Amino acid sequence: MAEMRMRDALREALREELRRDPTVFLMGEDIGAYGGSYSVTKGLLEEFGPERVRDTPIAESGIIGAGIGAALGGLRPMVELMTINFSLLALDQIVNTAAKLHYMTNGQMHVPMVIRMASGGGSQLAATHSHSLEGLYAHFPGLKVVCPSNPADAKGLLKRAFRDDNTVVFIEHTANYGFKGEVPDDPDFLVEFGQANVLREGSDVTIVGYSGSVHQAMRAAAMLEEQDEISAEVVDLRTLRPLDMDTVVRSVKKTNRAVIVEDAWKFGGFGGELSAQIMERAFDWLDAPVARVCSKDVPMPYNRDLEFAALPSEEDIVEAVLAMF
Amino acid sequence: MTAARPRRPRSRETLPDYLLSEQQLEDMYYYMLLSRRLSERMMALQRQGRAAFVIAGAGQEAAQVGAAMALKKGTDYLAPYYRDLGMNLVYGMDAREAMLNLLGKRDDPNSFGRQMPSHWGNAARRVVTQSSVVATQLLHAAGIGLAAKLSNDPIVVLTCCGEGSTSRGDFHEALNFASIHRLPVIFYIQNNGFAITERTEKEMAVENVADRARAYNMQSAVVDGMDCVAVYQTVRPAVDQARRGGGPFLIEAKCYRLWPHSSDDDDTRYRPRKELEEWAKKDPLVLFRARVETDGIFPREDLDEIEARVEEEVRDAVQWALMQPDPAPEDALGYVYKEL
Ligand SMILES: Cc1ncc(C[n+]2csc(CCOP(=O)(O)OP(=O)(O)O)c2C)c(N)n1
Repeated sequence: MAEMRMRDALREALREELRRDPTVFLMGEDIGAYGGSYSVTKGLLEEFGPERVRDTPIAESGIIGAGIGAALGGLRPMVELMTINFSLLALDQIVNTAAKLHYMTNGQMHVPMVIRMASGGGSQLAATHSHSLEGLYAHFPGLKVVCPSNPADAKGLLKRAFRDDNTVVFIEHTANYGFKGEVPDDPDFLVEFGQANVLREGSDVTIVGYSGSVHQAMRAAAMLEEQDEISAEVVDLRTLRPLDMDTVVRSVKKTNRAVIVEDAWKFGGFGGELSAQIMERAFDWLDAPVARVCSKDVPMPYNRDLEFAALPSEEDIVEAVLAMF
Repeated sequence: MTAARPRRPRSRETLPDYLLSEQQLEDMYYYMLLSRRLSERMMALQRQGRAAFVIAGAGQEAAQVGAAMALKKGTDYLAPYYRDLGMNLVYGMDAREAMLNLLGKRDDPNSFGRQMPSHWGNAARRVVTQSSVVATQLLHAAGIGLAAKLSNDPIVVLTCCGEGSTSRGDFHEALNFASIHRLPVIFYIQNNGFAITERTEKEMAVENVADRARAYNMQSAVVDGMDCVAVYQTVRPAVDQARRGGGPFLIEAKCYRLWPHSSDDDDTRYRPRKELEEWAKKDPLVLFRARVETDGIFPREDLDEIEARVEEEVRDAVQWALMQPDPAPEDALGYVYKEL
């Protein structure tokens, strides 16, 4: 075990996978000498050389398309998209090819590719640069969607992604990169997909989150305990596809209340899916309607005060919980 | 404040070596300087924690000011990119507005605190705002060109991006579209040698972005983007030709990014100091001043006076803008849809 930040844990995973599997290679904008916009690939060019750590032109659809081709050609590419915002330019390649090739060829072809991207608001990067699209990717059958909240999960899930024969969309919240935690150094350490994590046990309400919102959920849970003597259980989904509803449902049956937290918009969002599944499977156990704490229904504004107003906060979570009692 | 010195009125007659008047040359220097000094103060404010993010055009002032001055201000459309402070100043933005935009203040006429800094947009001035996703504006420019052509409006659209952004499909699609329909669009590519950290060799296999125009049967030119006068002399005929129905034109201004990519970037990780020192000798502001001084266009005191005026405007703008109100939190909610 060693304490490290999430960006370092991600780098360790990449390093170990590059060592383990000669077919693994990385490509993306500024990932070489610069080490990536969020310093995840720092030092990997020096260690593995320019064949395996490749800088690309600014052409998101191009590099995802070429990644699909490289996977078909027998390699295991990891494509870094600088941020999830630019993944919209590659959406067709991801959705219409990477996600569907296995199905459309009746299993003859598949696309073992890891697509990493930074996500989330809160950094004053405004409307076109602050997206939370985890739920969008989870919408498409054929993709796996991973969104770690802490360094150990980040490492274990990323290593697991390289062992998957499907395209894995691996989404990293920018606010989490600097987050520190204990990380196993065992090169065989993996975190299985589809296993939610109960980060905090509680009896009165279940707060479900993923990625950045998990930390807000934890802070809200602490506030509820201190100020209101309410015991909140916090569930970190870790992967949206596959989705571990069993853990969520088990928790809700225990607490009888559920609040879903995400940075994304509420309308048509992933929280709606969670809410529907809770209703389908635990309706009789609910003491209150499922609540969702999400961003306001606006593009993300730049000004700090406006951005605060648009994003969900731990106070919003506390308020949503209190409204259930 | 320095006491106003009586100034010799500037001539508006065209100087043969420049194809510009004294007044225009003074304006050129003023806008280039204002752009640089504003950017310096913006970086300082970012370092002090008063501004979240700065992206600037240091090294590209000549390329920007020379090109914008070739347009009919307020008539021709501008679809700029995030480094084009110099162009926006020519187009009527003043120092105070530039600072409101940086700070995301309530009264920023570009977006009232919504857009990132340097994503200027002003309908009255015909400046089209941009996405942070690079090169998307080139297609918007083609579309504005189409609208102008269909309505027989003799206007020109000038749109910009960096050379790195020309790897994107949008660049190629925009050139193709504009060329097929012979639209009045100037694709103005500011090649500053970098796409964040990546050098041109990693971005394209051709030597010049301008070479790419041939594939779309579009005219093109390469110009020394450190030389404001040369830029004007290159862009102006292309604009005039486009206005007369001669079709689109690609101009590549070769310049150099003197600063890091943005306030978030550490360029010491990928740029040798020696290289920077060499290019600093070709700083467009230094070159311009030396030329007009040597040619005897303006006496040194006049140039010093412009410098002092710019310093004062920037100082005032910072002081004033910092005191302006932020938007109220509930302002975040408006304008998602246009009310009918
Ligand atoms: C589609 C897209 N991909 C990546 C980015 C991140 N990014 C912002 S600026 C930039 C470099 C652009 O380089 P260039 O076009 O040469 O312009 P310069 O910044 O050098 O002026 C990149 C990669 C982006 N904004 N949009």
